[in-house]
Amino acid sequence: MIPVTHYLALAAILFVIGTCGVILQRNVLTMFMCIELMLNAVNLTFITFSRFLNQLDGQIFVLFVMTVAAAEAAVGLALIVILSRRADSLDVDQANTMKW
Amino acid sequence: MIENLIIYFLIPFIKIGAIVLILSGAIAYLTLLERKLIAHIQVRLGPMRVGWHGLLQPIADGLKFVLKEDIVPSKADALIFTLAPMISLIPAFVVFSVVPFGPPGMFEGLLRGILSRFLESASVERIVSNPIASGGFVTDINIAVLFVLSVSSVGILGVILGGWASNSKYPLLGALRSSAQMVSYEVAMGFAIISVLLYAGSLSLVEIVQQQQAGGWWYFFIQPVAFFLLLVCGMAETNRLPFDLPEAETELVGGFHTEYSGFRFSLFFLAEYANMITVSALAVTLFWGGWLPPFPNVPWLGFLGIIPPVAWFLIKVFLILYLFIWVRGTLPRFRFDQLMNYGWKVFLPIALGHVILYAAILAI
Amino acid sequence: MELIFFYILAGILVTFSILTVTAPNPIRSAVYLISALLSMAGLFFLLEAEFVGAVQVLVYVGGIMVLFLFVIMLVNVREMETQRRASRHWKTAVVLGVVLSSELIFLVVRGADIFSTEGIGSNLIVEAQTRNTESVGSLLYSTYLLPFEIASILLLVAMVGAVVLTMKEK
Repeated sequence: MIPVTHYLALAAILFVIGTCGVILQRNVLTMFMCIELMLNAVNLTFITFSRFLNQLDGQIFVLFVMTVAAAEAAVGLALIVILSRRADSLDVDQANTMKW
Repeated sequence: MIENLIIYFLIPFIKIGAIVLILSGAIAYLTLLERKLIAHIQVRLGPMRVGWHGLLQPIADGLKFVLKEDIVPSKADALIFTLAPMISLIPAFVVFSVVPFGPPGMFEGLLRGILSRFLESASVERIVSNPIASGGFVTDINIAVLFVLSVSSVGILGVILGGWASNSKYPLLGALRSSAQMVSYEVAMGFAIISVLLYAGSLSLVEIVQQQQAGGWWYFFIQPVAFFLLLVCGMAETNRLPFDLPEAETELVGGFHTEYSGFRFSLFFLAEYANMITVSALAVTLFWGGWLPPFPNVPWLGFLGIIPPVAWFLIKVFLILYLFIWVRGTLPRFRFDQLMNYGWKVFLPIALGHVILYAAILAI
Repeated sequence: MELIFFYILAGILVTFSILTVTAPNPIRSAVYLISALLSMAGLFFLLEAEFVGAVQVLVYVGGIMVLFLFVIMLVNVREMETQRRASRHWKTAVVLGVVLSSELIFLVVRGADIFSTEGIGSNLIVEAQTRNTESVGSLLYSTYLLPFEIASILLLVAMVGAVVLTMKEK
């Protein structure tokens, strides 16, 4: 049996990587992918606790997180398409006007 | 210890090797079968030069593919360009790890015969009684159907990445088309499979076949509409005519693999045929009762049991492959808007309604 | 044996996550992220959550990442490839990284005591051992029915929203 801390540490590492990515990257698409990475890190902790506490509720929650991720991807990518169409760039710093 | 090693390492390894070899051979000769059939449909002869009626043609083709120069376009993303064909081929093979070719306990006699020479009888019995060791499948997992769907959805990525990495107009258009098409038809295909799952009550492919045996009917006779849906969506998923828009020669030069040549092109080529076999095997397992003879519980049809289960499976897969090629030789290609309309406005509603209908029937 | 698998998967996961963040262009990021997500699914299988693992591959790799790649192709990333990547926010990133890393070290050193799993009763694992899918499904349609319905409405809203957003104005 792998100690629970191993999984938690892994999830934490992934979350840190994702967070740093969101802060450092200026490309909307890559930032978006880093957010997906963070969501996945959280999913991992959910599954880990679901396994180690012997409760299935964590897995259900992961399914909901995936639903939200899918919804977020659909809307977010639509926004990215508009952004690239209007600003002709994927750099978030370029998108600094409140109105076109 | 040595028993576990044999059950979980040696035997699966041999099975996987055998499947990869047989599948590669099957793919090679499927290309020949397709060329011959199409030729005869069009009143031509097809390949005749290499071997008797072109029987050695696949080998010649394979040699040619390997010996050709391997070109990477100068502005292409070399890493992704190299990875893409592998991404599209590997899932097609991986799916076969859960498809049952024969019943559980198929290799019992064979295993007992071989192992009893090396091991004592107690451990031989332990190995033989393990379903993973003696069954006619590599493994039987309790999420097999989901596994098949998810692994085959990975294959789409190969087409998309290959089209993008080539850095060329037509491949990019082909890749865009294919991703839209495959994602759309995957939904209807999923629903077609769900209505089978409703009846079987299991996600394990082995158990689904066993349920058909217990019920006495193939699911084809209960849900012919779902079978038709699966077949059509399978054709769309594998980019076969009449849904071969991602590689429509007349519009897009060669589609997503225009820039590919030599060995890498052959990987894409193999992937298409491997996917055809995958879809056929899936359709056979879900709807045509896998290794079962027709009407397995009717007593006076018992003589059909003479033909071994694996042969039944192979015959049925061959029939569906034949159907695939026949359709290709008969129907013209759809236009892209027609394709999307059919996917979302015809097949998806039918599939949804079908699931609701059969769920209601089951509930009553 | 389990531990070996864990370390292999974790190694792949961390490597590809770092590559995702540092990749030169979005499409490389996407490819690396796909690999990371696949090994994440492997970890789920290791944690005996096979249904969620399969759904992870189906939804993330087969759905969300395909959507990402689709959009990447639509917006023609290649011309924007050379844009700057270093950000003026790097100080924030360093601070955040230090804080989170120290939490992480704390977790590894002291975590075993805090997250002891002893004394917590198991109510579902007996079923979960045999039929993970069934138990997840029955839980989803009984206790979590309302959240499930809300999630479906959320998806519908997202779908309509995406269509409305990308529609070209007349």
